[in-house]
Amino acid sequence: MAAVIDASIDDAKLAEPAGSKRGRPRWLTAYLYILPALVIMLAVTYWPILFQVYMSFTDYGLRNLRFDAPAANFVGIENYVNLITNQVAQIANFNFWGMLAFNLFWTFSNVIFHITIGILIAVLLNAKGLWFRGVYRAIFVLPIVIPTLVVATVWRNMFDTDYGAINQGLAAIGGIFGMSPDVFHIRWIDQVDPPVSWIPLPLSYFALLITNIWLGWPFMTIIATGALQSISKEYYEAASIDGASARQQFFNITLPLLRPAMIPAAMYGMIVTFNLFNLIYMVSGGGPLRQTEILVTTAFRLVNENRLYGLAAAFGIYTMIILLVLTLLTNRITKATESYV
Amino acid sequence: MSKVLAQGTLPIARPRIFSLARVRERATGGGSPLGRQLMLQALLIFISFTVLFPLLWVVSMSLDPRNISRPTELTLIPPGASLQAYIDVLNKPTSNPVTLPQLVFNSFLLGAGVSFGSLALGVAAAYAFSRFLFPARQALMIAIVAVLMVPSVAALAPLFVLLNKITIDMGDFNFNLRNSLLGVGLALTSGALPFAIWNLKGYIDTIPKELEEAALLDGCNSTQTFLRIMLPLATPALAVTAFLGFLTGWTEFVMSWQFLTNPENFTLAMALWGMTGQYAANTPWSKFSAMAILVALPVSVVYLSLQRYIVGGLTVGGVKG
Repeated sequence: MAAVIDASIDDAKLAEPAGSKRGRPRWLTAYLYILPALVIMLAVTYWPILFQVYMSFTDYGLRNLRFDAPAANFVGIENYVNLITNQVAQIANFNFWGMLAFNLFWTFSNVIFHITIGILIAVLLNAKGLWFRGVYRAIFVLPIVIPTLVVATVWRNMFDTDYGAINQGLAAIGGIFGMSPDVFHIRWIDQVDPPVSWIPLPLSYFALLITNIWLGWPFMTIIATGALQSISKEYYEAASIDGASARQQFFNITLPLLRPAMIPAAMYGMIVTFNLFNLIYMVSGGGPLRQTEILVTTAFRLVNENRLYGLAAAFGIYTMIILLVLTLLTNRITKATESYV
Repeated sequence: MSKVLAQGTLPIARPRIFSLARVRERATGGGSPLGRQLMLQALLIFISFTVLFPLLWVVSMSLDPRNISRPTELTLIPPGASLQAYIDVLNKPTSNPVTLPQLVFNSFLLGAGVSFGSLALGVAAAYAFSRFLFPARQALMIAIVAVLMVPSVAALAPLFVLLNKITIDMGDFNFNLRNSLLGVGLALTSGALPFAIWNLKGYIDTIPKELEEAALLDGCNSTQTFLRIMLPLATPALAVTAFLGFLTGWTEFVMSWQFLTNPENFTLAMALWGMTGQYAANTPWSKFSAMAILVALPVSVVYLSLQRYIVGGLTVGGVKG
């Protein structure tokens, strides 16, 4: 991040002679410009985060909310310990490490699909002399354009066992092959047993995956399309003169030259997917048996349903730390391989 | 994006020996161009179908005349299609005593407030970060960007407690900040600020400094330079940031759902969430669909028409940031 921030500004040029003509030093002017934003962020972001650290060491609960309430009891690191040892009696099936593992798996599996499908479709759309290119581009941007809230609520209903469009659509297709509609009474959201016995993932994970693939690939296609268009045609000409096949051209020219654009996009996608609250909360609700719960949906539940403010604060701190580690790690890994290009 | 790629270009330059068309033909390994085109078209039509399916479904549902029932078959235009669901939503959007205009007004207020707040505060800060050297500049910028990564849900508990402690009392005007659109709006504005600052700074960095220097020489002070030179030049990035801020407020429901308890403060997003999931048992799906379209349509149309701007504005900010 530091490198990103430092880019493109020439500090030396900005260091003008101390004090401008009008008497007010330039640094003071700068602070005046920043002050309003800083005040709001101090009051509504940084102060709450500090307060959160305090809360995480207490048993802050509903009774402490009233303005004349006594201060919450200090409990030390009890909240932190209870969370990672799964001693959260108020929530059934609470499993911190299982949830974290699912959250990471959820993130990686989605981003891999997004990037792969995104690039493939961008390459398809980039085909020379393609008819209706503009029409397809306009259609493919629709998932980005529609608010996630709406997308999630609509897919939630589409996965309904009895009335959902997915089961009805499958039944209609199956009907062509003479299959009974009863075969397609699939309990997408609430079936507890995993569909493949040796893979510990419930059916609702696949429902979420389908939804999020639908939602996520067009963004990657847009990024990849932009990058594709800036690859010079001459590489392909040169390669085909040298006898490279279309497949060789794709792997040796297209993919390496897409890398610089796709890596920041993938990192962005990872952070978004890791925290994809709306989709999971609305489509599967974390179910069945909390198997598809991720960190942010649990953080919300702890506050909204259980009113365990102290515990939720500790949980939030964990979430921030994990996210920070994840970001730094991906940053390091992607930097380490950057010299590839 | 192109800037990044340009640095990674390969040092090959060969003279053109064949025409491009002939080279391409050879590279695709035979197969008539028409056959290839038809295959591509079939594939792309299939992809279009998967993209459009949920959208057509929700439109179809919203036209379904059987008010109470669930859909039992898939049809694009259900038999006896009517706009009854839209009329129902207009008349009584939720089970709470809140009217649709009130919901729309609240959503709009929240969107516009977040949009204006994050833009006005953000552009000033971005300008300072882009054009001034001052103590702790780097540290402040890192502090702001770091917040981009913190999901708002993770900090929900302290925000609830802190806002809940503030009660504003102005005679007849007496409210708890937590339980008000103002409180939610403040929280959302603060949440939207890091992105606004980062994105706007990235854009302002690309505007040549010479233009402001010329204005300074002509006797403008720095405030005038900012208002008369910088703001007009940054219009595209301002529009994008404003729109994304509006979207934040328009679609937000986590904090509103958690903080707001009076139906007269409810937003469209909250009403929509109340119509699905665990609370959906009594809501006809036609009504839910009509509501989904009402929430999505205005912002989708704006998004679609600004799309070129938005992608451009974001990539410039992101790459140059």
